[in-house]
Amino acid sequence: MSNNFEPDATAAAPAVVTTAPGAPSAKKAAPVKSINLHQGEIVPGVAKVDPIIVADNVTRTFGGLKAVDVDHLEIPRNAITALIGPNGAGKTTLFNLLTGFDKPDSGTWTFAGQALAGIPAYKVAGMGQIRTFQLTKSLNLLSVLDNMKLGAKNQAGESFLKSLFPYFWRSEEKEIEAKAMEILARFKLDTKKTDYAASLSGGQRKLLEMARALMSDPTLVMLDEPMAGVNPALTQTLLDHILDLKTSGMTVLFVEHDMQMVRHIADWVIVMAEGKVVAEGPPDTVMQNPAVIDAYLGSHHDSDLGDPTEHVSAIKELLNDDDKS
Amino acid sequence: MIDWAQLFSNALTEIVNPTTAAYALAALGLAVHFGYTGLLNFGQAGFMALGAYGYAISTLTFGFPVWGAVLVGVGASIVFALILGIPTLRLRADYLAIVTIAAAEILRLIFTTNNFASVTGSANGLSGYKGGFAALNPLPEGSYGFGPFEANAYDTWLRIVAWTLVALACLFVWRIINSPWGRVLKGIREDEDAVRALGKNVFYYKMQSLVIGGVLGTLAGMIFILPRAVLPSNYQTTLTFFIYTILLLGGAATVLGPIIGSIIFWVLLSFVSGFISRAVAAGWLPFMDSVQAGQLRFIIVGLALMLIVIFRPQGIFGNKKELAFVK
Amino acid sequence: MFAAIGAALALSLMPLSPANADEVGTDQYDYVFAGNVQYNGEPLEGVTIEVSGNGYDAEVATDADGKWAIGVPEKESYTVTLVEDTLPEGVVVAKGGASQDREFGQTDRSSVNFFLGEGVRETTSFVNQLIDRIVNGLNFGLLLALAAIGLSLVFGTTGLSNFAHSELVSFGALMAFTFSVVLAVPLWLALPIAVILSAAFGWANDAVVWKPLRKRGVGLIPLMIVSIGLSLAVRYTYQFIYGGSTVQLPGSGQAQMQWGPVSLSWIDISSMGISVVVLLAVAFFLLRTRIGKATRAVSDNPSLAAASGINVDRVIRIVWVLGGGLAGLSGILWAYFRPGVSWDMGFQILLLIFAATTLGGLGTAFGALVGSLIVGMLVEVSTLWIPSDMKYIGALAIMIIVLLFRPQGILGRRERIG
Repeated sequence: MSNNFEPDATAAAPAVVTTAPGAPSAKKAAPVKSINLHQGEIVPGVAKVDPIIVADNVTRTFGGLKAVDVDHLEIPRNAITALIGPNGAGKTTLFNLLTGFDKPDSGTWTFAGQALAGIPAYKVAGMGQIRTFQLTKSLNLLSVLDNMKLGAKNQAGESFLKSLFPYFWRSEEKEIEAKAMEILARFKLDTKKTDYAASLSGGQRKLLEMARALMSDPTLVMLDEPMAGVNPALTQTLLDHILDLKTSGMTVLFVEHDMQMVRHIADWVIVMAEGKVVAEGPPDTVMQNPAVIDAYLGSHHDSDLGDPTEHVSAIKELLNDDDKS
Repeated sequence: MIDWAQLFSNALTEIVNPTTAAYALAALGLAVHFGYTGLLNFGQAGFMALGAYGYAISTLTFGFPVWGAVLVGVGASIVFALILGIPTLRLRADYLAIVTIAAAEILRLIFTTNNFASVTGSANGLSGYKGGFAALNPLPEGSYGFGPFEANAYDTWLRIVAWTLVALACLFVWRIINSPWGRVLKGIREDEDAVRALGKNVFYYKMQSLVIGGVLGTLAGMIFILPRAVLPSNYQTTLTFFIYTILLLGGAATVLGPIIGSIIFWVLLSFVSGFISRAVAAGWLPFMDSVQAGQLRFIIVGLALMLIVIFRPQGIFGNKKELAFVK
Repeated sequence: MFAAIGAALALSLMPLSPANADEVGTDQYDYVFAGNVQYNGEPLEGVTIEVSGNGYDAEVATDADGKWAIGVPEKESYTVTLVEDTLPEGVVVAKGGASQDREFGQTDRSSVNFFLGEGVRETTSFVNQLIDRIVNGLNFGLLLALAAIGLSLVFGTTGLSNFAHSELVSFGALMAFTFSVVLAVPLWLALPIAVILSAAFGWANDAVVWKPLRKRGVGLIPLMIVSIGLSLAVRYTYQFIYGGSTVQLPGSGQAQMQWGPVSLSWIDISSMGISVVVLLAVAFFLLRTRIGKATRAVSDNPSLAAASGINVDRVIRIVWVLGGGLAGLSGILWAYFRPGVSWDMGFQILLLIFAATTLGGLGTAFGALVGSLIVGMLVEVSTLWIPSDMKYIGALAIMIIVLLFRPQGILGRRERIG
């Protein structure tokens, strides 16, 4: 595998360099990429100069099949990392494990130095790691503004006893509202503040979910297929917002299938297949990696790992009967 | 001929009847559980039973004063909610419904069994606990009110206490629902995982909701027994179903809905069953007898529940856009 | 458990003459318990009396005059027990209990009376009682299973938690009553008619109420609430038509016979036989026939089944017909088990049926069977330890405990995060 970077990258601090021409043109300047994120030779599980997440031996099995089997993984801080791979590779499962929505069978990982394995999802979110969902979870029965307010952290008014006495939370509500309006304005949703989230278009709801995620000033934002179901006109806006996250000092990890988008904004790409990390590296190099091409072309596609294959026995019997007759 | 005056008068008295208030309070508790948090609690009858027996047993067996008896009932309610909540709050809606019914039935069986008859009165129940409450009555002997609303001192006192409690409960629920705490509940009602992903401890909020709604149900149980006796057969699942009917009629996710729903429910039910009984007695409905007339009221309630939830699930005051349990 | 029937006869207080009574310890100790055991005026010889307490144990047998005395070291309270096994056949301690706590008054002698009466003692061992209860529990569990399978399959294929299922159960029994008693149709004809009508009623439920609501897109929780309203309306319609009392099907209440440790009547045996045969037929249907497999497929994974070309509507119709018929049969067997037919008989076991399906896992027929057998046996066996009017509590408590550790039930399927 070719290696274009300095062998002793440990000495060099991650540098920021503008990409070569050829990136999709936009009204803004092309994204400013981070380089030199890794230490040493680029192999799956390579150490990072400044990792925000360090994971070891993470496994998760569903009904006999290993959905996730990661020996070692590090996510670089203040960079945009893409997690790609064919369907059933275990990307969303890994997401769920890292964010506390699922319990691993084994494994430990740290987030900004704190051990996280086994910590419930709400605590993980409270520590600064906010995630979005593949199927947008904008709360449709609440207004846009209420959605945003819900996103804020450490609200005194959310304690039951204090909620009885507006004295304790009135001013805090005003501050939260101001912050919400500011973020909504950035996302161009401010005019919709009193509308129910249900009345927004799919793409607008995605934006709302991202905007809401920003209310708690997260350190790490994890986006599960942010582009899924978004019409092309909105794609650029979403991309710009994701880039803004990086410039604001946050780290981004996202799952995506859209390779163009990945090449455009990702600083680092991690490729998963059949639960394992098969390759990682900067976007251009990773795309040429034979292991990655292998994974996508599906030389190992017979073992489908996506959803648990437990409750399909009856259908299998029917299909077998059909084959016999 | 039918005595229309009596019929209307009976129906109207339901408006101030303390039993109506008790049902309103229980429905308000269920509004917190189901309307605002999405908890399908089918054990509200159990919370009411705890209030009834907690109050009566404290008064009769242990001789507690009124405030002590109330505290015992409320304490029992909180303990029951905690015990109930820990295993059940992470269950899906249908499982939660069945488990809460089972828990309420277990309570009822404990109160009905002959083994504890010395304390609970088993199937015969308890009476004779009203003294303490009556003693607190500041009103002198005599008749109060006018026309159909006339009542003696005890009943008037009971009405005042019952409806004041309802008013205070409404204010309380309104306050907590329209606060950041209430906002979290509404989020949970729609999508727990989304709220978890925002850093809120969903289990803790659901538990608080369960306790609060349960305490309201328990207070309702205490009001419920003051005009009558404590009978375990009153606390069957059918009681919970009636409360759900009232809640859905008024509007599941509203504060006034349970109250107005209870009033309308009891006025209508009184009128309709009163009418049918009188019609049967007057020979207008020759195919029915008076016993059957009494059974008709349950058939009506059942049909009403079905129609409300199919055609107007938001009830009278609810907002269809905010309904979490309707797709 | 000791059963005492008949008149109790008081034991007369005889003047105590230690000279001829059987005594133990009266020379060593100053304090004496004494008595005279008589029945119907006749003294009973050879009856054992035990005294224990304060670290002291002693026993004595009554003499030919029925007299006994036991000396005890301290002027304290002791437990005096008449060992009932040593009484003649047909005599038991009628009132007051065979074991009494006694103390001394002013004197050093205390007389102890035992009230004897006519009675039958069941000396069945614990194991025998256990076996008897298990078999009866099996009977109950099997008839529960017939009802539970329908409920579970309806849930699996349509997502509906049907609180009106119990009314299908009652329907079967009420139809059996109507035909066999009211219309005097012979039983061998009336029962199959009742089952067929129940199947039709099940079909009608879906055609008239559930299918239109599904087409309308009504959500699952509103559907559950509709089922509650429906159950209320239908149940009280039954009461409206049939009245509030309990009636019997022909042939109920037959004598119990002893089959080893177990007591069963011919009805119990037929009931279990019918249940087993029908359950085996249902199992064959689900496992071997095409429609049965399609039913399981839809119940396991409705969207996948629909996507693979299975006619889901047809499967649902079949499930309701099958579920209705099974529930009706369950109602008939329940009517013979209780025994009795009443308007609310289904409602009385609704919670148990739900407990069984939930325990086994909502949506799987085999889960319903497993759950029903567990619930049935628990209900019966628990009466060995807890009073029979609390016997449902055991089953309900087990359901809650199992769900604590396995929220999807024993054979149920887990939900994943999106």
